[in-house]
Amino acid sequence: MASTVVDVVMPQMGVSVSEGTITRWLKQEGEAVAFDEPLLEISTDKVDTEVPSPGAGVLQRILVQEGETVEVGTRLAVIAAAGAEPSPAPASAPPQAPPEPAAAPERAEPEPAEPGPAPAVPGAGDGRSFVSPVVARIASEHGVDVARVPGTGHGGRVTKKDILAYIESGGAGAPPAPAAAEPAAPPPPGPEAGPAPTAAPAPPPPPAAAPGPRVPPPPAEAAPPPPAPPPPEPPAPAPGEIVEPMTAMRRGIAEHMRRSLDTSAHVTTVFEVDMTKVVAIREKLKPQYQAAYGVNPTYLAFVARATIEAIRNWPWMNAEVRGESIVVKQYVNLGIAVALEGGKGLIVPVIKNAEGYNLLGLARAIADVAERARAKKLVPDDVQGGTFTITNPGGWGAIIGTPIISQPQVAILDVEALVKRPVVIADEAGNDVIAIRPMMNLCLSYDHRLVDGAYAAQFMKELRENLESWDEATY
Amino acid sequence: MPELTYLQAISDALRGEMRRDQRVFVIGEDVGVYGGAFKVTLGFQEEFGPWRVIDAPLAETAIVGGCTGAALMGMRPVAEMQFSDFVSCAWDQLVTVAAKQHYRAGTPVPIVVRLPSGGGFSGGPFHSQNPESSFAHVPGLKCVCPATPADAKGLLISAIEDPNPVLFFEHKHLYRRIKGDVPEERYTVPIGKARVHREGDDVSVVTWGAMVYTASEAAVALERDGVSVEIIDLRSVVPWDRQTVLESVRKTSKVLVLHEDTHTGGFGAEIAATVAEEAFEDLDAPVRRLAAPDCPVPFSPPLEKAFIPQVEDVERVLRELAEY
Repeated sequence: MASTVVDVVMPQMGVSVSEGTITRWLKQEGEAVAFDEPLLEISTDKVDTEVPSPGAGVLQRILVQEGETVEVGTRLAVIAAAGAEPSPAPASAPPQAPPEPAAAPERAEPEPAEPGPAPAVPGAGDGRSFVSPVVARIASEHGVDVARVPGTGHGGRVTKKDILAYIESGGAGAPPAPAAAEPAAPPPPGPEAGPAPTAAPAPPPPPAAAPGPRVPPPPAEAAPPPPAPPPPEPPAPAPGEIVEPMTAMRRGIAEHMRRSLDTSAHVTTVFEVDMTKVVAIREKLKPQYQAAYGVNPTYLAFVARATIEAIRNWPWMNAEVRGESIVVKQYVNLGIAVALEGGKGLIVPVIKNAEGYNLLGLARAIADVAERARAKKLVPDDVQGGTFTITNPGGWGAIIGTPIISQPQVAILDVEALVKRPVVIADEAGNDVIAIRPMMNLCLSYDHRLVDGAYAAQFMKELRENLESWDEATY
Repeated sequence: MPELTYLQAISDALRGEMRRDQRVFVIGEDVGVYGGAFKVTLGFQEEFGPWRVIDAPLAETAIVGGCTGAALMGMRPVAEMQFSDFVSCAWDQLVTVAAKQHYRAGTPVPIVVRLPSGGGFSGGPFHSQNPESSFAHVPGLKCVCPATPADAKGLLISAIEDPNPVLFFEHKHLYRRIKGDVPEERYTVPIGKARVHREGDDVSVVTWGAMVYTASEAAVALERDGVSVEIIDLRSVVPWDRQTVLESVRKTSKVLVLHEDTHTGGFGAEIAATVAEEAFEDLDAPVRRLAAPDCPVPFSPPLEKAFIPQVEDVERVLRELAEY
């Protein structure tokens, strides 16, 4: 009996990802599963995700249990055609071998004239993670999550036709990107239709179910499944609600923020800093820097420079909890949180080896990454490898914040607004007087798993001293 | 409209231009009394006389060198290489003199060199080659590769009119096998404008010369299985019609570049690279190339069949692309 079985394998979630951990099985042995239905959740060092079922049938055997970490390509489970007995084989027996070619000759090459035969797709799902350039572009233009599109290409890859059919069938559940939105104006008078909108959706492709050899049927021999099972529909929007799909960036932020809170023991401490000296020095340097270098020495640059200097004596601020180990970085890769226009996201470009910059270099580097972040000119390398992050909501007037740490770092510094406040200081004679001083709050969120309150406070105290007694010769 | 063979169309075009323009003359090995190795110039010497239909010694350097000089003096020479393979002897005159003359001295060199090319008849390593890629790499030369009788006529007339040196690669396998309607009147086909040989939606084939027909047969076979193949006949490789190729790639997102010349450094590499550079975001599969293997053309019929891309080879690659 040659019942078709489909292997579920650990997918490749990114070029540099070599292993993944099973976080949860969404189906148990013996349960029926549909093609493309979420089957399990996995976690890698880059991303956590659901893995859709590469075939339809019954989850016959789970080979890798929750919590286990295995290499990409490892078999995780076996799905058998519907009706198969759950786990009939003895536990020690190897999983079912490929069916014996009883009558059919080895299908080395597809028979050209014979329509319909499905080339056996070993380990379907291998190809799913590869997104071709045109599919990536269409997905981006239409805000489609490629992982939700049923793939008919090699190894289950999503082809251009698949994604066009998915969008055509309304699967995207979203209007096309703004650029593609064509006002519903009447066509201009005249014999010729107006110019085609540049980003208009391509002509409707043939339905996914069109007969043809290019569409290998799902590898199980279950009853013919629906050709393109739509993903589970979210509840329809209520009146007055506008629904839009999350962008990949928004999903990434959501996942990362949640995971960070689940990972680190967040504590926030706030220090007040008297910026009188920094303000004076900045007033002096600003025209010089702008005339000579075209660079604005921002308060952020001063704070960043003083922070890097303080890290020198408090290295656990620039460290990572890796398993049971503490990894201290001997360099400072400084992440600078940059908000994108219109609240459409946040990105944290990294200034590599920031400890090597003086104030001028740091100001220039911050301006450079911020500019490239807003112009979407960053390359993946620009956002990786951060060891400490600074965020700067003070520009909008914020005075206190409790930022969330960017994993796997252990601290993030929140630079707040510079505000003139009445403060009590000592005059020359040692008497208390009330003075008007430019004050700034610095809020540090740190991971209490590694950094204790006293350590964090001492780091902040040094940071404050660096700023209040700014030494031009050093910085 | 008369139906002519590819060879008759070339012959007619040449004869017509000689009647029309006294500056046009032909020169080559056995082109006169004998009428040419393939009889393209049969009867020409009787009509135009030995001064306009010149039997040259077996010296391609002399033929092309003489043409270049005559062109500089205002003539419109049309040289015939008996087989395109022999053009290597004329390399220096073509590459060093004719191709560079305009850039060096500002004078045009309006010569046409006809090159009977291609294999498929057990001609072996010296009578079967497709050397267009070598010359495509030389700035200053145009390289034309017609596939149909109508194009052969219209492109040859354009080549004779063109102020640049033009290499006219005629495929020998098409000479008498391919017939088509050819307008009787004089017309030109612009050099550098590709032709959509067959429209399709799923996969594009970019090719030229005899491979247009190989691709065509493969496309018919795939059509039975619901795969729609578009075939672009480039018609010339220098200049080549990027726009038509890129439009087709943007439509189908999958492309096979096919040629009879050998693989490495073949002109297909240039096309594949251009597609990758300019249509990357439209690709749904790797750009594929199919060409002859990197070795001389074998004599043995079964080996030659294994060497020149066959219909089944094209079918196989097209299926791989369709299923990708």
